[in-house]
Amino acid sequence: MANRKLARGVALVGAGMSKFGAFKGKSSRDLFVEAYAEMLSSIDKPFDPKLIEALYVGNYSSDLFENQGHLAPIVASWTGLNPLPAVRVEDACASAGAALYQGILGIASGMYDIVMVGGVEKMTDLATEKVTDTLATAADAEFEIPAGFTFPGFYAAMATSYMAAYGATPETFMKVSIKNHYNGSMNEKAQFGAKITTLMEARKASTAKKGLPIPEWKDELEFLHDEKANPTIAWPLRLYDCSPISDGAAVVLLVSEELAKNFSDCPIYIAGIGQASDGALHDRKEINSIPSARLAGEKAYKMAGIGPKDIDFAEVHDCFTIAEVIATEDLGFYDRGKGWKAAEDGETNRESSQPINLSGGLKSKGHPVGASGVGQVVEVWKQLRGQAGERQINRKMKYGLTHNVGGTGQTCVVHIFERRD
Amino acid sequence: MEDQFTYAAYSNYLNEHKLMGSRDKSSGETFLPPRPVNPETHSFDMEWYEFIGKGKLQAFTVVFIAPTAMLQAGYDRKNPYCVGIVKTEEGPMISAFISGVDVNHPETIKIGMPVQVAFIDRGEGELKRSFLAFQPV
Repeated sequence: MANRKLARGVALVGAGMSKFGAFKGKSSRDLFVEAYAEMLSSIDKPFDPKLIEALYVGNYSSDLFENQGHLAPIVASWTGLNPLPAVRVEDACASAGAALYQGILGIASGMYDIVMVGGVEKMTDLATEKVTDTLATAADAEFEIPAGFTFPGFYAAMATSYMAAYGATPETFMKVSIKNHYNGSMNEKAQFGAKITTLMEARKASTAKKGLPIPEWKDELEFLHDEKANPTIAWPLRLYDCSPISDGAAVVLLVSEELAKNFSDCPIYIAGIGQASDGALHDRKEINSIPSARLAGEKAYKMAGIGPKDIDFAEVHDCFTIAEVIATEDLGFYDRGKGWKAAEDGETNRESSQPINLSGGLKSKGHPVGASGVGQVVEVWKQLRGQAGERQINRKMKYGLTHNVGGTGQTCVVHIFERRD
Repeated sequence: MEDQFTYAAYSNYLNEHKLMGSRDKSSGETFLPPRPVNPETHSFDMEWYEFIGKGKLQAFTVVFIAPTAMLQAGYDRKNPYCVGIVKTEEGPMISAFISGVDVNHPETIKIGMPVQVAFIDRGEGELKRSFLAFQPV
């Protein structure tokens, strides 16, 4: 692998996001404007939006979700930024990560000094089965979908392969869900924003209200084992193993490294980037790892000149709980087959030395697919700058990593961010 | 290129209950789905090859929340189905419907179990189509 460097440095000087959730009456452009406003208010020094030279927007399928194609110029218009070049980037659930990658290259190439990158998805206008069908278009429509695969189905298949190879059980995945819901309970932008125990109490209350017998669960695991409370979606994955259907947007502002201090007291620098592609799940040599994630991670580490041990925390693409376990192995935090034990033993929780998904991850925060990759970056920005509020990790942190997967790993984009001081 | 390794051609073979992939004429390597280009050698010199239809189950799931096409085929929460990835005896892996397994007890479905090709016909008349499936030997 060639040791590639950016031709010039790039820094993050602003980041913001809308709340993630289900928002009736808000379309992609409305959500994007919300995220844009928060991004502007996050810039430390006065900033004139007229300085923005290009816009890259990650979006998976506004066409099918909202009957709206050609989204980038519309978003540019609603943020008042026409006539700048505006490009939509689509790599399924990795759309925003891929947009960020292109935005970074836009500055590194010398073409632009100041670039805005965002991601947005409006999913909740469609009925659930239509959302499922729309997401399925990210898979191979000729050789995967006719077999009967769905997205939960793909990750469930990865889970069966992983369980058979390494001994994990469905309870392993439940523990990931409990951890991410706990983290998300401290995130005011999260769709759920509630611990599993809180959701249990809510369910008891709603059952009582209906005059039905109130279920008794002794703990979260018993609740998650209850087929009524946590139905199977695609065995062995259940409802609480799946990220929700979400609306949301996230936006960041990138500038060339030499300009960073003009706009920010504490810029966050791009230390390494990596992206890779792959064929359908059945086209790979193995099913319980994502080769494109391994490769994207290796590229990003190499560019940054660091290794997995140097990463202080990571936001990984936990579209399904099994995906987080696999991600922690693909990124080199744990050896192959060891990630599930680490998850079970609490090595990925917020008290650990290398917490995973402090934001709550896609599981709790929500997964507006085309926005998620930049949503992850917003968390890294906040944590590295000490602005994550209640969920802030109170130790000196230097490197944060984001891992954004499209489909089952047909795309993966990894970014490493660095605080220098 | 006389042979067009298209999905349409593959589907026509499926409708004849033949599992067809492609084979690199020089290396003999087989591909399923049929590929027009060998990704290792970048050679276009391919021919059709009929897979013997034996393999082992590599991964699977039982789908309880079915997509529209499978709902139309009669599957739903009360009537879930199994789908998986099979490693063929020749080497390539392929996604397929898995029939003849106990979907109500997914824990009885074993990774590594030998399976053989089966074809499932759905639809009537003009709309009749065959889908790739495997079942336990």
